[in-house]
Amino acid sequence: MINHEYVHGRQPTFRLSRLGGMTATATSAFAGIGRSDAALRTFLHGLPGVDQVGAEQRAAMLGTRSIKTTAKAWAIDLAIRMVDLTTLEGADTPGKVRALCAKARRPDPADPSAPAVAAVCVYPSMVPVAAEELAGSGVHLASVATAFPSGQAPLDVKIADTRAAVAAGADEIDMVISRGAFLAGRYAEVYDEIVAVKEACGDAHLKVILETGELATYDNVRRASWLAMLAGGDFIKTSTGKVPVAATLPVTLVMLEAVRDFRAATGRQVGVKPAGGIRTTKDAIKYLVVVNETAGEDWLDPDWFRFGASTLLNDLLMQRTKLKTGHYSGPDYFTVD
Amino acid sequence: MFEYAPAPESRSIVDIKPSYGLFVDGEWVDGEIRNKTVNPATEEVLAEVAWATEAEVDSAVRAARSAYENVWSRTSGRERAKYLYRIARIIQERSRELAVLESIDNGKPIRESRDVDVPLVAAHFFYYAGWADKLSYAGFGEGPRPLGVAGQVIPWNFPLLMLAWKIAPALACGNTVVLKPAETTPLTALLFAEICQEADLPPGVVNIVTGAGDTGHALVSHPGVDKVAFTGSTDVGRAIARAVAGSRKKLTLELGGKAANIVFDDAPIDQAVEGIVNGIFFNQGHVCCAGSRLLVQESVYDDVLASLKRRMALLRVGDPLDKNTDIGAINSAAQLDRIRTLSEIGASEGATQWSPPCSLPDRGFWFAPTIFTGVTQAHRIAREEIFGPVLSVLTFRTPAEAVEKANNTPYGLSAGVWTDKGSRILWMADRLRAGVVWANTFNKFDPSAPFGGYKESGYGREGGRHGLEAYLDV
Amino acid sequence: MSDRLAVRKTYKLYVGGKFPRSESGRSYLVQDSNVALASRKDVRDAVVAARAAVKGWSGATAYNRGQILYRVAEMLEGRRDQFVGLGETPADVDAAIDRWVWYAGWSDKIAQVYGNANPVAGPYFNISAPEPTGVVGIVAPPDSPLLGLVSVVAPAIVTGNTVVVLASEGQPLPAVTLAEVLATSDLPGGVVNILTGRVAETGPWLAAHMDVNAIDLTGVPDAELARSLEEAAAGNLKRVVRPPATPIDWHADPGLGRLTAFLETKTVWHPKGV
Repeated sequence: MINHEYVHGRQPTFRLSRLGGMTATATSAFAGIGRSDAALRTFLHGLPGVDQVGAEQRAAMLGTRSIKTTAKAWAIDLAIRMVDLTTLEGADTPGKVRALCAKARRPDPADPSAPAVAAVCVYPSMVPVAAEELAGSGVHLASVATAFPSGQAPLDVKIADTRAAVAAGADEIDMVISRGAFLAGRYAEVYDEIVAVKEACGDAHLKVILETGELATYDNVRRASWLAMLAGGDFIKTSTGKVPVAATLPVTLVMLEAVRDFRAATGRQVGVKPAGGIRTTKDAIKYLVVVNETAGEDWLDPDWFRFGASTLLNDLLMQRTKLKTGHYSGPDYFTVD
Repeated sequence: MFEYAPAPESRSIVDIKPSYGLFVDGEWVDGEIRNKTVNPATEEVLAEVAWATEAEVDSAVRAARSAYENVWSRTSGRERAKYLYRIARIIQERSRELAVLESIDNGKPIRESRDVDVPLVAAHFFYYAGWADKLSYAGFGEGPRPLGVAGQVIPWNFPLLMLAWKIAPALACGNTVVLKPAETTPLTALLFAEICQEADLPPGVVNIVTGAGDTGHALVSHPGVDKVAFTGSTDVGRAIARAVAGSRKKLTLELGGKAANIVFDDAPIDQAVEGIVNGIFFNQGHVCCAGSRLLVQESVYDDVLASLKRRMALLRVGDPLDKNTDIGAINSAAQLDRIRTLSEIGASEGATQWSPPCSLPDRGFWFAPTIFTGVTQAHRIAREEIFGPVLSVLTFRTPAEAVEKANNTPYGLSAGVWTDKGSRILWMADRLRAGVVWANTFNKFDPSAPFGGYKESGYGREGGRHGLEAYLDV
Repeated sequence: MSDRLAVRKTYKLYVGGKFPRSESGRSYLVQDSNVALASRKDVRDAVVAARAAVKGWSGATAYNRGQILYRVAEMLEGRRDQFVGLGETPADVDAAIDRWVWYAGWSDKIAQVYGNANPVAGPYFNISAPEPTGVVGIVAPPDSPLLGLVSVVAPAIVTGNTVVVLASEGQPLPAVTLAEVLATSDLPGGVVNILTGRVAETGPWLAAHMDVNAIDLTGVPDAELARSLEEAAAGNLKRVVRPPATPIDWHADPGLGRLTAFLETKTVWHPKGV
């Protein structure tokens, strides 16, 4: 839990942006920051470095937390409510998407007390189908846009992609940044693209996928996180799930530090979504522990933390059943869609 | 709120006997004087143990001498190695039992005894096992000779790990030992004696005499001891150095510290904060190399303090056997008194005391994680070893000032440096007068890495090739 | 037979690169010469000089220290007759010269022989390297006033320590003459400080001095005095080299023991990451 007395109670110093000791009124310090590569570079490279070994050890230590009984039950239900149930395959069909939406609304047909997931995440072409299925359910509809997963398309194509998805009923857009531009130091280009897509989103929430597996260093993850937040992203998301390295606990730790510091600096809260590779209840609970002990309880909410996953849901349901019945369940008792 | 439900490690795995004797010449002998050891988290009496008398220490030294002359000095390095490997394996096999017992007797969190202490104990035996038949290649000439009987006195903060640091190199080099564990934490050493039996170690090679200061004094001043190794306070170390003066006993001492943990404005702040926390709150701050003086560059002071306080509010203080506990019990009432006294002095000298809100158990010995800000070099809490979860925070402006303040102490065991600038790390590491310099990390230990102090933090090294020198006639 | 009256040498102390008389104004007679009789205050001054020299000398490159020790050998070679004139055997003088050469070479090698790269079980760069202890107090061997003296001083200073030496009480003249060699060898003032006088008088002050980091009792044959000096040294946990159990053959290979006795091992850890 963050004690805001300590976060906000200090006078800003010249480098408070490093940690976010700034009061909310200091947001204007970031005004115009996106105007040039140089300005962004000065800012992003002035962020504190991340020591790889230390960050990974912290994540590993948090992974040893032992979450049992009541805490586990609470965490499982929360994790279910945080799932962005995802299908992003070339083979996706309306039938597949309909089935997924049904599962999202009622994950465990045998147990109505199992909560619905946070959202369904599909390609833009599947948005109309999903919108129909999810209407009135309270389950959000997310769509990847902006030439997912490579991000390699002209800006106007990305904008059109986004507008189409929103028009078709998506209330959340998952965009990918151009890693090529980021790694080449063309920060303003990445910044401008996020700003443009955010504008195209209208009221829809924008999740900015950093594709951390391609950013190579935690320093880059921290910088990309800040870049996405400064440009207006509502969520920062680890991965497309389409490159070999997807979400990891330490990457998520670094991103949670970034959103924590960003809120302290600007007053604006940004969500975090690890995606890809989180398959077990045990893993999901480790993430929740990292959330709890990094950004704090304010992020322990589906509005501020999501799991981009597909197979995770069934494992959560299986573990949930085990806690309720006292014996282990099997995959045959949960729907595969 | 994400409330972690209690996750207690089962203590049914340990079998604490109501009473323990002394382990002499491979057998258990009743001690004349009996005392009790308690669980510091509950004040529950765990067992009755012996406090060895001078005569009992004498019989242990005689057993060690006899084993040295008749057995161990005639056992080849290759065979000694296999005994040590065997011990290492048994430690791994019984690791959970050892971890639980250590946490019960010492008060340290099971997460640490399980993930740090016991794995390092096994690693230490493995490391020195490998040296036993390679001593001619250690750089001390062909066929270096052992010293004979080693008298070893260890502290209560890492009972089993300090035993390993003492016994493993001693046996590898061909010495026999009489080891005295601390009076408040004898149980894992006594379990280790059982492990020696299980490993079929020849009788008398390892002897364990439990007891307090008198027992220790009898051991280190015994004329039949060829080597004295001590880990503990600087005051006792001084007394031992006087006691062995004029003898031929080889002496190594690993004593107190008041390490500076130096944070520059370009540090990886989140990891630095973890390092600060680990530096002073690891093992309740009962660590000779604890980073008990935080030196923060003034330009990031506010940020670092805010982050540190936020992080400290997450520390989970309580039941040592709960797998989620970060800070366990203070080891004894006497140590708790000392921590309280020095904290009161800190407050009365004008420093500002802060602890996060945390509820402490009603029974047992507890002290909340604490920082003092506004501390200057002149404050007693900036100079004296508190040996508890109490951090003194000071500031500096330039690298030279950081070095000057860090070195301005009679101690010289360890130091920490946090900065992203490589050349500054090396510049600092050159100038810090300390036996261990952790740069962008803290409180890391490894059997291959020599550990030990400068100045009044003692002399001699434990660990690594250097650790052999303490047990060889070189 | 010349009518000329010889100019006698005044045998003084060697402190901080200068040749002061004892502050006490005392002297004692050795081989028809008056030799300064150092006092506790001379010990104090010598320790101050030695401490002041630590930073520069330990901070000098090993190459530089080696060059200077070799320079000492050169200077000594040029004065060998003078030492023979003081009663030293030519063999001892030769050995003393060669000992400087031997230790000179160790300056940039000891860290390679006595240091280590440590293969720790984790993602860390980890090395252990020797560093000088600081100020070393030395009681020089009474019976080998040149070779013995060189054999205890050279290993202490080659690694970057500075020393305060109590010279052979009964045969101090080679020590004072060696000071003249040192003073002309580019050795910075204060690195070697030589006091002549009574060991029983000055030794306890040196052993108990809290700003001395180590003490070498090689030249204390009196077991009771050695014990009391060792006890005094415990006050600040000085590193102690005890008197030898059996007499030392100063012509034998000295080994590394006298180098490593006054070295501290520093282990440095750093994570390896991107």
